[in-house]
Amino acid sequence: MCGASRNCWCKVTNLKTFGKIALLLWMEAVIYAAFTFLPPVPGFRVPALAKIMIFHVPNAMVASIISLISAFFAARYLYSRDLIDDVKSSSAASLATLFWVLTTVTGMLFAKIQWGVPWNWDPKQSAIFVLLLIYLAYFALRAAFVDPRKRGLAAAGWTIFAAMTAPFLTFVLPNAQGVQSLHPQGVVFTMKGMGPDYRMIFWGATVGFLALSVWLFRIQVALETIKINTSLARLNKPAAVNADSQLVDGVAPGGSV
Amino acid sequence: MPQKPPAGALPNSTSVKAAGTGALKWFRCAAAILAKEARVEWRSRLAVGSTLLFSLCALTAMAYTIGQTKLQPSVEAALLWVVLLFAAMSGLSRPFVREEEMATADNLRLYAPSSAVLAGKLLFNLAFMGLIELVTVPLFFVIMPADLSSTNYGLLVTISLLGGAGLAATSTFVAALISQASAAGARGALFFVVSFPALVPVLMAAVHGTYAALAPAATPPEFGQNSIVTLISYDIVVTAAAYLLFDWVWRES
Repeated sequence: MCGASRNCWCKVTNLKTFGKIALLLWMEAVIYAAFTFLPPVPGFRVPALAKIMIFHVPNAMVASIISLISAFFAARYLYSRDLIDDVKSSSAASLATLFWVLTTVTGMLFAKIQWGVPWNWDPKQSAIFVLLLIYLAYFALRAAFVDPRKRGLAAAGWTIFAAMTAPFLTFVLPNAQGVQSLHPQGVVFTMKGMGPDYRMIFWGATVGFLALSVWLFRIQVALETIKINTSLARLNKPAAVNADSQLVDGVAPGGSV
Repeated sequence: MPQKPPAGALPNSTSVKAAGTGALKWFRCAAAILAKEARVEWRSRLAVGSTLLFSLCALTAMAYTIGQTKLQPSVEAALLWVVLLFAAMSGLSRPFVREEEMATADNLRLYAPSSAVLAGKLLFNLAFMGLIELVTVPLFFVIMPADLSSTNYGLLVTISLLGGAGLAATSTFVAALISQASAAGARGALFFVVSFPALVPVLMAAVHGTYAALAPAATPPEFGQNSIVTLISYDIVVTAAAYLLFDWVWRES
């Protein structure tokens, strides 16, 4: 295989392969630094617990960005009716689900140790719970369609509809609940009380997770493209998504990701 | 009277555009669709009948299982809206699903502007939901052992109407989405699963508002007002979102 394929993994000279190896080293450095280099913070119930912020908050940020990207491509699909936009929207949605689940799991770990229970219907927990329901409904909706074009329309309509009602989850639910949030106030960019060492590793992790999500996104788009063209072939329709221009290299038949 | 196509007119895009020009034509179109929905429903009375029966069964189940236990007003408010939610979910998808089952959706696409289709069906669902609430809410307080001596009836009615409007508006749009699903047998479950996440804000606000109406002394005064403001803004946002998006998802090409 090696040498025959244009994108053999051992060819570090290839720029994309180099980027993937650099990402691997980068993420390893972040994880290593988070566990060993960063000092425990005395304010927490278990001081070493502060390190989970290196994973929890960047995951939440990346998940928000991918959710917006999914909504953007959904809107573009409604306008263009080009199936590649639907592929990108659904790929971003599945990645957003992954990162929201990771955010939830790391948050529950933190909550179990810091606050005693993994789940206490904190306003942010309520909101993320409904958000996960929205994404599960999205995939249930997609699964119910055979025709990719109808599926794309329904999925895009639901994505934008949910995005337009989402502000009620973040702004109205917390007030209606009558519960004080245990999460810190404000946005991450102010970051009071975070030392310079934490800040450095934090942004390093954010960059790493963003790059990782871009890579995953490209693989997912390639896979979904193949799936959608296969289902179109099953419906005896011509392939709608141009594989050559849209795929990541190496996913063409006979290659490897 | 459902609008008939002009004699000899070809069902092409120009006739669609012609039907869309002028506010009067649009209103007549929407009114015709509303009248059509009402007439079809009146013929069988299937959706209204089964939904009312559903409410009755759910209330009976609760009455038997709860017995004579006196419930907190907050629990009563929650139970009332759970019944209303499931009742709404059993009937509100009919207008759009019926079009697909009868294979009449393409006729509507040809002869009526899409926003008029949405308006007609939304109005029908609003009336439908109002009718369901008109029966279910009084029945609920007859069946459940409730203390209504201090109830704020004005607030209760307002919250019921606004919450019902939110349920109807959201589920009308979701019904349009799921009506074209290939898995016809799964539409019922799918309709509920997809509607529910969007309905969570309505449920929260409606339950809090109903709680405030049932126990004005136990809740802070701004409780009911907040619920009303939330529900009004939610209804406006959902209707606007449905109006903006419907044309895009209704026309297939």
